[in-house]
Amino acid sequence: MSQYKPGARLRSAVCATEVVVIAAPDSSVALNCGGAPLLLEGEPVGEGLQLEASAAEGTQLGKRYTNETGDLELLCVKPGEGTLAAEGVALVQKGAKPLPSSD
Amino acid sequence: MNLMMLLEMAAQGFGERVAFVNGDESLTYQQLFDAAGQAGMRLRDGACAHVAMLDVSSLALPIGLFASAWAGKPFVPINYRLASREVEGLVSRIEPAFMVTDAERIASWSSRSEVELEARQTFVDRACKGTSSAENDWPMAPDDIAVLLFTSGTTGTPKAAVLRHRHLVSYMFSAVEFGSAAEDEVALVTVPPYHIAGVISVISSVYAGRRVVQLPNFNARDWIDIARRERVTNGFLVPTMLSQIVSELEGQDSANLPLLASISYGGGKMPQPVIERAMALLPNTKFTQAYGLTETSSTICVLLPWEHRAAGASDDPAERRRLTSVGRPLPGVELQIRDEEGRALPPGHRGEIYVRGDQVSGEYVGRGSVLDAQGWFPTRDAGELDDEGYLFLEGRADDVIVRGAENMSPGEIEDVLLSHPAVLDVCVVGVPDEHWGEAVAAVVVLRPGGEATADELRDCVRNQLRSSRVPQFINFASELPYNETGKLLRRIIRANWAAN
Repeated sequence: MSQYKPGARLRSAVCATEVVVIAAPDSSVALNCGGAPLLLEGEPVGEGLQLEASAAEGTQLGKRYTNETGDLELLCVKPGEGTLAAEGVALVQKGAKPLPSSD
Repeated sequence: MNLMMLLEMAAQGFGERVAFVNGDESLTYQQLFDAAGQAGMRLRDGACAHVAMLDVSSLALPIGLFASAWAGKPFVPINYRLASREVEGLVSRIEPAFMVTDAERIASWSSRSEVELEARQTFVDRACKGTSSAENDWPMAPDDIAVLLFTSGTTGTPKAAVLRHRHLVSYMFSAVEFGSAAEDEVALVTVPPYHIAGVISVISSVYAGRRVVQLPNFNARDWIDIARRERVTNGFLVPTMLSQIVSELEGQDSANLPLLASISYGGGKMPQPVIERAMALLPNTKFTQAYGLTETSSTICVLLPWEHRAAGASDDPAERRRLTSVGRPLPGVELQIRDEEGRALPPGHRGEIYVRGDQVSGEYVGRGSVLDAQGWFPTRDAGELDDEGYLFLEGRADDVIVRGAENMSPGEIEDVLLSHPAVLDVCVVGVPDEHWGEAVAAVVVLRPGGEATADELRDCVRNQLRSSRVPQFINFASELPYNETGKLLRRIIRANWAAN
């Protein structure tokens, strides 16, 4: 359980996934990837952790992941095999925007 | 959040793709990432507070922009067309600075400002040589300043608009899908680096994974040649450039640009005849119009390709008129038209355009934020919405002509005059008048071979608008004054009028 600031960079303990916090609630929130807590930079990886089979849907580079209330948003800057989750609930990919490029 | 995180993703996702091409030189995304790291380390360790670029487009532009982000120092592109005194005035506002410019200017530089100069080629060579040992350790503070841009200052002293990392990153999230460009997509970019569109095009191309071919000095023939040779699929233009390209293509046997899938344009008013001719010449090209300001991180409204086609194909004048609209707001942008007391106006009423959204900065160095308590930014542009939410620009709020107690916008009178077959270009301004306060005056440029008398043009306005709109004065000229990015300089016309 931690409180996160926009701009914080987190990495998975059990796969290659790395995310940047785009938006976060004011209160503490438990963030997981692949079934294990996401780590701040420099935080050591706990021993014996493994990717949980039930949380292995994978993350995609450049996609944003959000919770149901929409107050949490993570941007995937390195893809991996785990599923991102907050408070035990899997995050969902934000929909694509079909606008043509104007610049 | 930091712009570097977007380049890191691009290098990660499609590092071997070519990112930028200028003449014979090019950089892949991985090379750009490494060069940004190399230059970023130097800039971070240097004494400078700002990283300036007083130059045309070159590979130094993407390297300089991302290296500044890496170093956590604001990137400040400066208009290379300004007179030396004006340049010195701007540089003195950002010292101590590191500035990339051309070798010739370094030789003649005599400013006393605290600025370290480096030639464009030296900067690129030093960034691209050596192995990058840089850690991915750029600051992730969303409120750090990414870019300072001096506004063009069509009135008074240039203001330094502040764009923070969060504004630019928010814009990318709401307007561009990461990695959405196909591998054969090539954009030809002609907008100069000191224009917001020149900065944004670097970032959005990187985020989309689109190859950019830079054309530092625009002329229509070069643009067409490069578009054919480099297999360009996307063009980014200001209206005057598109107008010149259309004229050039009309002199050739066929447009012969089969790969040109899209053209985006913005930055000034697009005359309806020009866009109609362009659409006829390039029937397979999709046109997108963008409207935005420096203070809003560029685009806030777009008129999409299907909206161009629907308007162009319609017999209904109201729908056809949408070709001259700048479209509807982006998903992340709210827009209101307000009267002088700040009250929101319904569709069909002219007023000042206000916008709100994560990409909207509305902040200047030394003046702070001009957003109101609810986060709305007054654009100083005048406009009107139609029933379906399409925005029509009516010039600057300051351009409104007040004749008697009646407010009128130059735009509506100009549109009517432009519909006359002999009229190529026109500018309407308010000039001092003893009786009315202001009188309506028009400067008209006729087409080659076109003929129209002042009375004929007055009749043309009288037939379509209220009599108060009929220009009291009409002068004919061979051309109108525009700045280099296609903005009509009304103040010059008003000043000329006052002088004569």
